[in-house]
Amino acid sequence: MLDKFIDFWSSLRLTVVCLFAGLVLVFAGTIAQVDLGLYKAQNDFFRSFFVFWSPPGTGLKIPVFPGGYLVGGFLLINLISAHYKRFGFRRDKAGIVMVHLGLILLLIGQLATDMLSKESSMQLFEGESKNYSEDFRGNELVILDQSDSEYDRVHAIPEYSLEKNKTISDPKLPFDVTLKKRWVNASLVQADSKAPQNAIKSGATEGLLKDALVVPAPSVTDMDGRNTPTALVELSKAGRTLGTFLVSSYTGADQPFTVDGKQFNIAMRFARHYYPFTLTLLKATHEKYKGTEIPKNFASRVKVRNSEKNEDRETVIYMNNPLRYSGSTFYQYQMSAGEMASSMGSAPSSTFQVVRNPGWLTPYFSTILISIGLLFQFGLHLVGFIKKRYV
Amino acid sequence: MKLLYKIIPWFFLALFGIEVIVVFMPKSESGLHIREFGRLPVLMNGRIQPMDSVGRNTLLQIRSTGDVPLELVPSWKFWHHAKKLKSSEWLLEVFFKPDLADTRPIFLIHHPELIDELNLGDKGIEKSGLRYYTFKEIEPVIAEIQKQGSKAASLEEKQKTAFHKQVLKLNNAVFVYQMMKASARPPSWNDFEKELASFKKTMAAGLEAMRGKEEGKSFDEALLKDFMVPMTEFFQLARDPNAGQSYPLVVPPTRADQKHEDWSNIGEGMIQSVRNSSVPPPIEYLATIASAYTQDRPAEFNTAVASYREWFLKEGFAVQVKKGNEEFFYNDTKAFVHAVIIYIAAFLLAATALLTLSSAPNFSESLRLSAYWLIILGGAVHTFGLVFRMYLESRPPVTNLYSSAVFIGWGAMIFGIFLERIYKLGIGSLMASLVGFVTLFIAHNLALGGDTMEMMRAVLDSNFWLATHVVTITMGYSATFAAGFLAVVYVFLGLLTPLLGKIPGGPGSTSTGPKLEIGKSLSKMVYAIICFATLFSFAGTVLGGIWADQSWGRFWGWDPKENGALLIVLWNAVILHARWGGLVRDRGLMNLAIFGNIITAFSWFGVNMLGIGLHSYGFMDAAFWWLILFIGTQAAIIGMGLLPMKFWRSFQFKNDNGGSSGKISSRSPSPAPAA
Repeated sequence: MLDKFIDFWSSLRLTVVCLFAGLVLVFAGTIAQVDLGLYKAQNDFFRSFFVFWSPPGTGLKIPVFPGGYLVGGFLLINLISAHYKRFGFRRDKAGIVMVHLGLILLLIGQLATDMLSKESSMQLFEGESKNYSEDFRGNELVILDQSDSEYDRVHAIPEYSLEKNKTISDPKLPFDVTLKKRWVNASLVQADSKAPQNAIKSGATEGLLKDALVVPAPSVTDMDGRNTPTALVELSKAGRTLGTFLVSSYTGADQPFTVDGKQFNIAMRFARHYYPFTLTLLKATHEKYKGTEIPKNFASRVKVRNSEKNEDRETVIYMNNPLRYSGSTFYQYQMSAGEMASSMGSAPSSTFQVVRNPGWLTPYFSTILISIGLLFQFGLHLVGFIKKRYV
Repeated sequence: MKLLYKIIPWFFLALFGIEVIVVFMPKSESGLHIREFGRLPVLMNGRIQPMDSVGRNTLLQIRSTGDVPLELVPSWKFWHHAKKLKSSEWLLEVFFKPDLADTRPIFLIHHPELIDELNLGDKGIEKSGLRYYTFKEIEPVIAEIQKQGSKAASLEEKQKTAFHKQVLKLNNAVFVYQMMKASARPPSWNDFEKELASFKKTMAAGLEAMRGKEEGKSFDEALLKDFMVPMTEFFQLARDPNAGQSYPLVVPPTRADQKHEDWSNIGEGMIQSVRNSSVPPPIEYLATIASAYTQDRPAEFNTAVASYREWFLKEGFAVQVKKGNEEFFYNDTKAFVHAVIIYIAAFLLAATALLTLSSAPNFSESLRLSAYWLIILGGAVHTFGLVFRMYLESRPPVTNLYSSAVFIGWGAMIFGIFLERIYKLGIGSLMASLVGFVTLFIAHNLALGGDTMEMMRAVLDSNFWLATHVVTITMGYSATFAAGFLAVVYVFLGLLTPLLGKIPGGPGSTSTGPKLEIGKSLSKMVYAIICFATLFSFAGTVLGGIWADQSWGRFWGWDPKENGALLIVLWNAVILHARWGGLVRDRGLMNLAIFGNIITAFSWFGVNMLGIGLHSYGFMDAAFWWLILFIGTQAAIIGMGLLPMKFWRSFQFKNDNGGSSGKISSRSPSPAPAA
C-alpha cells in the first residue's frame, strides 16, 4: 500500500500530467488576461488552488481546473519523492539532482515572494521628500487626530476591513465608523452644469466633499490602472451620529472637522507604507532620441537620508539600475519630466516602484544550480552522442 | 557517371557562389551617381542612416516593396528582369522631381471595399491581384481618405476591421509621402539653387524689415511681404512635430554650440540661416544637387554630391559618412534575399536526394552533398547579413521581432548543419533550408512596418541583457522549431515513403553516415535538439526573470510574454519526461515535437497579438491569420501522425518484408496533444 502510494507520488507519469496541467493553466491564464486584466487573472489562475467557473447568472463557483498552487504543490511533492525513490546520489545523475534542487528552490522562492513581497509606488516632484510609498491596490480610511500639538495620531483602517465589517468600533479609535455606501471605483465632480449625466448625489452631511457628485466607474482591469474607491461613512460616538462624510481615493483629500473642540481630519487614500528613511528627488531627467518619441533615458537623482544610520547620500536611479536600500528596492517606474512636464505645465516628477521582497535572491541561486545541472547532464549526453557517432 | 556525381555539388556551389560574388562586387555608375547620393547620411528615427535607407523604408511602408517596378512583367516570365526604380532614385524623384514621382504607382490598396469607397475601381494598375495607384490618381480623394482615416483612428483596437486598418495604412502612406516631398527642399522652390541664390540676396534686408516691424520702426513693407512668403513656409516646416519621424532631417549641425545629433529639417535650417545671416554649406550643396537633378545636369549633380561628401569628412562627420556607406552596402547586398534563394535551391536538392535514396543511392548522395554545401553557402550569406546588422547597430543580434525572425532561422541553420554533418541523410539540410526560408520570409514581411534598426527604448537599452536573455530565449525558439520541423519531416517520410525503416548506404554506396534506420536517426536528432531547446529556453526564461527583477522589480509577473516562454519550457519538459518515462516512443515524440511548433509560434507571435502586458511593444496583428493557418497545418500534421500504423508506408514496407514493426515504432498511445 505504502509502496503504491510512493510509486504514485514519484512516478514520471505524474510529472508529465502536472507539467501538462501547468501548461494548460499558464495558457488559459494568459488568454484570460485579455478580459480579466493581469492582476485578477493572476489571482484566479496562479495564486489559487482551483480555477473556478461560475455559470452565467448563478453565484455558483465550480472548480474546473487545478490552480497554480495545486499544480505547483503536486510537482514539488513529485520531485521530492522521485529523488527519494529513484535517484539517490550517482555521479552520472548529479546534473539531474542539481536541476531539480534548483527547481525546488525556485518554486519555494516564488511561493515566498507571492506571500511576502509588497509592491507600492512613490511619486516625488523635484525637491519633494517622502518617507512613505503608496500601495498599488490597497486603500485606507484614515482619521487623523490632531489634538496633540506635538504630533498627529494616525488611525488607518484598510478598505477591505471596512468593507468586511461595515462597522468598526475600536477602543483605539476616537469614534465608531460605519460604512454606509461604497463604490468600487468612482470619480468625483463638482455639482454644476458640466457634471456628467450619471453623476449622483452622495448624501454626505459633513466635510469638504459634502456637495461633490459621485461618478461611478467600472472596476479597472488593466495593469497600469487602479480603482479609486469612494465611500460614504458615518462617524458616531456612543450612538450619537457625528455626520456622514464622502471620502474617496480619487482626491485623497483631508477633510477637517471638529469634535468636542478637538481637531480631526478624515480621508480615504492609497494605503501607505512608511520607511525609516527619506527620499528626496533632486532631478528627473527624461531624454528622447532626436526627432522621435522613443524614450532614450529616464533617470532620477535622489538623496537618501537616514537619521538612524546617520546617512545622507546621493544616488541615481535609472532604467535597469534600481536602488536597493534597507530591504526595499526602488525602480524607475514612471516619469513626467523634460518636454512632457513643461507642456503640461507641471513640475518634473518621477515615480518609483518600491518592492519589498525578502526572497529576491532565490531565483539567482536556483538559476545557477539549474544551469550547471543542465550543462552537466546535456554535456554528458552530447559527449556520448558524438563519441558513439565516430566509433 | 562517378565523375558526374563528383561534379554536381561543385556545379551548384559555383553557380550560387558566383551569384553571391557578383552581388558583393563593387559597382560602377555612369551618368548620375545615384548610388553616391544614396550613401549620404541623414538623421531619421533617432539614428544616422543613408538616404537609401530612408527611401527603402518609406517605400516598404507605402508600397510593401523596396523599389518600384517600371514595367509590368507577368510573374511567369521570371527570367525577365523588370526595369526598376531603386530606392535611392525613387527618393531623389520624390525630393526633387515631385511631379514625376506623383505618377509612380506606389500606393498599395487591396481592400475591394476601400477601392469602391474611393471610386478608384477603374484606375491604378494590377499586379498579382494587388492594385497600385499613383499619387495623381488618389490626389482627388485625399480628403476622403483623411476623413475615413481619422474615423478609423478613433476606434478602439478591437473594433478595427481589415477595412479600417487598410484605411489607416493608406492615410499614413499618403501623409508620409507628402511629408517626404517637403523634406529636402522648400516645397514651393522648384529650382532650389536659383531660389536660394535670390533669397540670400534679400535675407539681410528682409531680416532688418522684420525686426523693424517688431520694434515698431519704419520698414520696407513690400520687401517684407516678399520675404515672408518663403519664411512662412520655413516656419511651418520648422514647427512640424513629425520632422525626423516621418521624414529625415537633412541639415547636419554646423554651429559649434550644436550637439552632434542636432540635425534639423530644411525649414529649421533656413530659419537658422536667416538668423545667422549665412546659409550653411549643406543647404548649398543640397540646393545644387536638387537643381542639377531636376534639370538633368549629371556632371553638376555628381560634383555636388562628391563635394558634399568631402564637406562631411572635413567637418568631422567621418563616422556618419562611414555609417551611410556601410548601411548602403547592407541595403544593396540584400543578403537575406540571396540566402532565401539559396535555401530554396538547397531544399529542392535535399528533398530530391531523400526521395532517390533507395532508387539511385549515388545520385542521391551527390545531391545531398550539393544541398549540404548550399546550406553552408546560404548560411554564410545569412550569417553575413546577421553580423553586419549587428555591426551597424552595435547591438546583439536580436533587438526586435524582425531580427528575432532572422536569428531563429540562423539558429535552425546551425542545428541543421550539425545534424547533417553527423547523419549525412539530407534531413538536416532539409530542415535548415525549410526553417531558414520560412523565417526569412517572415522577417521580410515584418520589415514592411518601416525601419528595422530603430533605436532601443530605455527599458530595453541594455546590451548585456539583450546578448544573454534575448539571444538564449531566441535560440530556444529556434531549437524548438528545428525539432518540430524534423518531426514534420518524420511524419511525411513515414506516411508517404518507405524510408523510415531503411538503413542508408547499401553495397557500393558512397554514403558515410551512421548505419541506422532513418526513423531511428530522426528520433535521435529530435531528442537531441529538444534537449538543447530545453536548455536554451529554460536559461533564457530565467535570465529574463532576472532582467525583469533588475528593471521592474519582480522576477516573475505572469506577463504574457513571460508566460509564453514558460509554455515552451514546460512543453519541452513534458516531452523529455514523457520520453524518459516511456510514455511515448518515436512516433509520440514526433507528435509532441510538432505541437512544440504551435506553442513556440504562439509564444513568439501570439502573445504580442493579445496586446497586453509590459512586453507588448512588439505588437502587430496582420500576421494573425498566418498564425492561425500555421497552427492549423501543424494540428493537421499531428492528426496525420496519429494515423494507425497500417497507413504508414514506412512501416508497411517493413511488415511486408516480415520485419517486426514493433522495433521501429511504438504502439503505445501518445497523449493527444492537439486536444
